[in-house]
Amino acid sequence: MQEKPWKPWALLSPSLSAVFLLLVVPVCFIVVYSFWLRAPSGADIPAFQFGNYAKFFEDFFYPSILIRTIRVALETVILCLVMGYIPAYFFYRSESRHKSIMLLLIMLPFWISFIIRTLSWINILGDSGLINYLLIEMGILDEPLSMLYNEGAVLMGLLQYLLPFMILNVYVSLDGIDKSLLEAARSLGCTEWQAFKEVVLPLSMPGVSAGCLLVFVLTAGTYLPPMILGGPGNDMIANLIFKRIIGTLDWPFGSAISVLLLSLLGIIVYTYNRYLGINQIFKTLQ
Amino acid sequence: MIRISGWSLIRLYTILVYIFMFAPIVAVVILSFNPQQFGSFPMEGFSFQWYVKLAGNETILMAFKNSMVLGSLTAIATTAIGIPAAMAFVRYDFPGKNGLNTLLLAPIMIPEVVLGVALLLFIRWLQQPKSFLLLLMGHVVITLPYVLLVVQARLVGIKREYEEAAMSLGASPFQTFREVTFPLLMPAILAGMLFSFTISFDDVTATLFWATATNQTVPVKIFGMLRNSISPEINALGTVMIILTISIPLLGGYLSRKFSKET
Repeated sequence: MQEKPWKPWALLSPSLSAVFLLLVVPVCFIVVYSFWLRAPSGADIPAFQFGNYAKFFEDFFYPSILIRTIRVALETVILCLVMGYIPAYFFYRSESRHKSIMLLLIMLPFWISFIIRTLSWINILGDSGLINYLLIEMGILDEPLSMLYNEGAVLMGLLQYLLPFMILNVYVSLDGIDKSLLEAARSLGCTEWQAFKEVVLPLSMPGVSAGCLLVFVLTAGTYLPPMILGGPGNDMIANLIFKRIIGTLDWPFGSAISVLLLSLLGIIVYTYNRYLGINQIFKTLQ
Repeated sequence: MIRISGWSLIRLYTILVYIFMFAPIVAVVILSFNPQQFGSFPMEGFSFQWYVKLAGNETILMAFKNSMVLGSLTAIATTAIGIPAAMAFVRYDFPGKNGLNTLLLAPIMIPEVVLGVALLLFIRWLQQPKSFLLLLMGHVVITLPYVLLVVQARLVGIKREYEEAAMSLGASPFQTFREVTFPLLMPAILAGMLFSFTISFDDVTATLFWATATNQTVPVKIFGMLRNSISPEINALGTVMIILTISIPLLGGYLSRKFSKET
């Protein structure tokens, strides 16, 4: 087609200006603000100094939250992988005619509000929640077991939020594996397990790594499960940002923490993209 | 023999994962009918009283109205700017295309908490108060990547020959779009709109930064109610949200099937 060269730009301009004005410029603003000073009165003073970053690293309190965030994110990734790979494999191999319904079901939680999915765990883990009720009814316990407001509860909330992302990423990757490869492996004398280990598992790695990246990034940037299901010792980096911005209105320090979080995730995503390519993630989202 | 037992273990494992995913949600729905004040197990009776109470709560109804209006406007605005962008990426070649595509998809990878802080800071610097417009603009940025992905995927599947045929028969580019591309794109547009409506309707992470007492959305309202502790009223509100947001994709799936049969 013979087209005028300005046409794609005209089509792009509304989206580009929206993302530029509402994302690029604001993100530049937090970088600028992270160098500002905060007067004792609470006013922000334009400056260029690294005090906010120094404050973050001045004692062990803030870095320990950063380390906890990375640890919890890694734990979530591992648990999602352990809990998600087998169901994805099940969908891949299943010849049930209900397969599409089962897949739709695993997608359903995507559509349920994050806050409802998070608070729903209180009904399960709380002192008068389902688990304690059943254990006491059966006579196993006399007193309710305290299961809320600790890291385990936070992990439950995170898992329930992120497991569908992992399952879908792995499934999309598995679904692209030609099943005749499996038959070939079998006819050449592989056992079912060998065929899985030698053929399916390596070929599903793009989906596994994409799922891991997505789960890590989403965990590291969330504050709701620690806030609702965690105790005072379970705060993650996003909780810190929330408290500094909404709680104490310390904009410069809150910005500095945001920049740190963004840099951490940026480095991870950049490294991933450099070695593995980011496109797999967008493929799944389609 | 080993094959069968291995497979049934895999199936059992999958079922357990499903139980893990759905037990908490089912508990919300069940407990919303618990007549007791501190609605937890065991259930003692069955009652709609919390729903009746919700329907009489002005601030909750207001939050519902806000969420509905916000979700609908977000869906319209995002699709309106997303479709032309998707057209540009799929139908044209221009310098910097890949980089720009990544830029427009970037909001997916940027933590919502950072997005929330950044936009709020910008608005503060402009000395504007938090407003409904801020929520709308924020939600458009959050949902744009999803609309782009859905529409782009569909556009790739629409053969260029159809458009070229229309053009060679004398249709203007705009007529071609209106008569050929747009109807073929309809399922993706609907899907994109439903997608962005639901994301906007459900969003809490960034919205908590942008909402004020006067323009709360339902998730923000639930967050505020949780400060006290969980109550059957929250479970009832949660159930209404669950039913609403689940029926939307099901309706969307039905509509798109219907559309694709007709075309």
